Amino acid sequence: MTDAERWYRELYARTPERDAPFTTISGEPVEPLYTADDLPGDAAERIGFPGEHPYTRGVYPSMYRGRLWTMRQFAGYGTAEETNARFRYLLGHGQTGLSTAFDMPSLMGYDSDHARSEGEVGREGVAIDTSDDMDTLFGGIPMGEVSTSMTINAPAAIMLAFYVVAGERQGVPAERLAGTIQTDILKEYIAQKEWCFPIDPAMRLVTDMIEYCARRMPRWHPVSISGYHIREAGSTAQQELAFTLKDGFTYVERALERGLDVDDFAPRLSFFFNAHIDFFEEIAKYRAARRIWARELRETYGARDPRSMLMRCHAQTAGVSLTAQQPLVNIVRTTVEAMAAVLGGAQSLHTNSYDEALALPTEEAVRVALRTQQVIAEETGVANTIDPFGGSYALEAMTDRMEEAAYEYFSRIDELGGMVEAVKLSYPQREIAEAAFRYQQEVDRGERIVVGVNGYRVDDEEPIHTLRIDPALTRKQLDRLQGVRARRDGPGVEAALAELRRAAAGDDNLMEPLLTCARAHASEGEIVAALQEVFGTYTETPVF
Amino acid sequence: MEGTAETPAGTTSTTAGPTTAAGRKIRVVVAKPGLDGHDRGAKIIARALRDAGMEVIYTGLHQTPEQIAETVIQEDAHAVGLSILSGAHMTLVPRVVALLKDQGADDVVVTVGGTIPQDDIPELKELGVAAVFTPGSSTQEIIDFIRSAVG
Repeated sequence: MTDAERWYRELYARTPERDAPFTTISGEPVEPLYTADDLPGDAAERIGFPGEHPYTRGVYPSMYRGRLWTMRQFAGYGTAEETNARFRYLLGHGQTGLSTAFDMPSLMGYDSDHARSEGEVGREGVAIDTSDDMDTLFGGIPMGEVSTSMTINAPAAIMLAFYVVAGERQGVPAERLAGTIQTDILKEYIAQKEWCFPIDPAMRLVTDMIEYCARRMPRWHPVSISGYHIREAGSTAQQELAFTLKDGFTYVERALERGLDVDDFAPRLSFFFNAHIDFFEEIAKYRAARRIWARELRETYGARDPRSMLMRCHAQTAGVSLTAQQPLVNIVRTTVEAMAAVLGGAQSLHTNSYDEALALPTEEAVRVALRTQQVIAEETGVANTIDPFGGSYALEAMTDRMEEAAYEYFSRIDELGGMVEAVKLSYPQREIAEAAFRYQQEVDRGERIVVGVNGYRVDDEEPIHTLRIDPALTRKQLDRLQGVRARRDGPGVEAALAELRRAAAGDDNLMEPLLTCARAHASEGEIVAALQEVFGTYTETPVF
Repeated sequence: MEGTAETPAGTTSTTAGPTTAAGRKIRVVVAKPGLDGHDRGAKIIARALRDAGMEVIYTGLHQTPEQIAETVIQEDAHAVGLSILSGAHMTLVPRVVALLKDQGADDVVVTVGGTIPQDDIPELKELGVAAVFTPGSSTQEIIDFIRSAVG
């Protein structure tokens, strides 16, 4: 009998436990105490050092002592003009990177004047119809100096083309542009559900972008492999980790099949994870993700350049954890989640605003969210020690368990023929729906308390002020688009779109024809429609 | 956990369950109008209503108001739950309500769920929306409401 077993039997087991589910928010059992018995024999090797394989403790040797994480608040609403003003506001308040939220029509490949766009223009993000809108979005912001993130997937190749062309018009060549575009189409079919084309041609577009960026845009991250939306759709932490990494491996395999050398593109793949409320489980997730990615890139995909093995990630606090009730309490949730991301070693972070269960955030709410990161960075001291939980019995055991859970999912997905096949069979979609339902039942039954929702409620809450998007902004965007259509060279647009259709029917990389369309001021909707003529569209078989 | 069988855009019947005053089993369409892809809530509600014994038809994502009204009428549904998280509710909900009215289906109970600001709720109710369920509503609340509103 070990000392720990003795302690459990003689002391712990004789004391009563609270009536509570001692499980993580993902349903994983949590032990009362972790001890040296929980560490594997090769723990020292598995934990390692920051900046060294297997990178459990962080991707860089000095981590936040060298450079703080990038504070990158996602923003976008109305037309490019309003969002440009929000960008300048955030830069003026100490934000260090830009992140663009697009509206639903832009995410789905519809122009603002399409019938399906009515009521949605500029509501959940900024409306971008043409490269001219991209010019306005970054007006007065030096594109060669800022790093920009764009959260868009199905039409990512088109938005990248718009961005490159906007850069050209500012006199900044593509090779100097730095930033990230999300492009992670697999998680769209799995969770976020914004698509334009069937899965196979969509995968081709992703691979075209990886190839183009590997050759032409050395400072650009063509894919941000995203677990965020998987988690927001109701997955567990284990599912988020496993599906995201498996999506990442799938992109790597496609690029290798294209004939690229892994070290020519893998250093430019980055990740985006959720920072949820279950503090230790989240930190374990980030640590396990780094270790798995490093191992698989080296051992399975033959990477030799250490930069190919680094799982660098952006994190965002969990929108799904925010409550409409007592919204100021969301500041506390966001703080805890942001701490988990920082202690988990994220490279950049977005903190949600307290009013986001109700509407897009007000400027005041956004400022509090940014200040939350600044307090963590400047006042708490947590950034002074690298991976302070490294070596903690609990955290190391949880990290190991997280890793095992991911490999169990990898095997199941492989049995189905890989991630693309698994998605076509709705496997991850079903797993997520199952987890979401289980969690909701636990809340509804009162087994899990959400403060303000099923416990600690108040009656007669005062409503808080929320942002209203001015409906006149739709008209303004329609006028902008109409103006571009009137000014541009119509036959030039037709010729560019015809060339795009021809290229799409063959095997050529589509980035050059897309750039030609962008330079000709073709709209996003026109470009998507041209590609859909060749590729077709996608309809989901919903599972619940 | 029971009832994991998937029903791709279809109907599931159970032998017992809540019925209307006329003795018919309650039929509910759960619909996602608009372009947003946030379907966690819609799918949870669809499953909870099904587990409560109702016949549930889930439309899937990105439906137009016309498609939704057509589904409600074709399925002869007693209620329709519209889930919207894109901020387009003031455009899309009135349209669904009007289409149902035009086609003589104004007895269908319309509910709305999602991120709906408090200020918009009175106007939605004036249009004829029977209830608005904002974040934090429990599935039982929704089941109970539909039973009493339809029954």
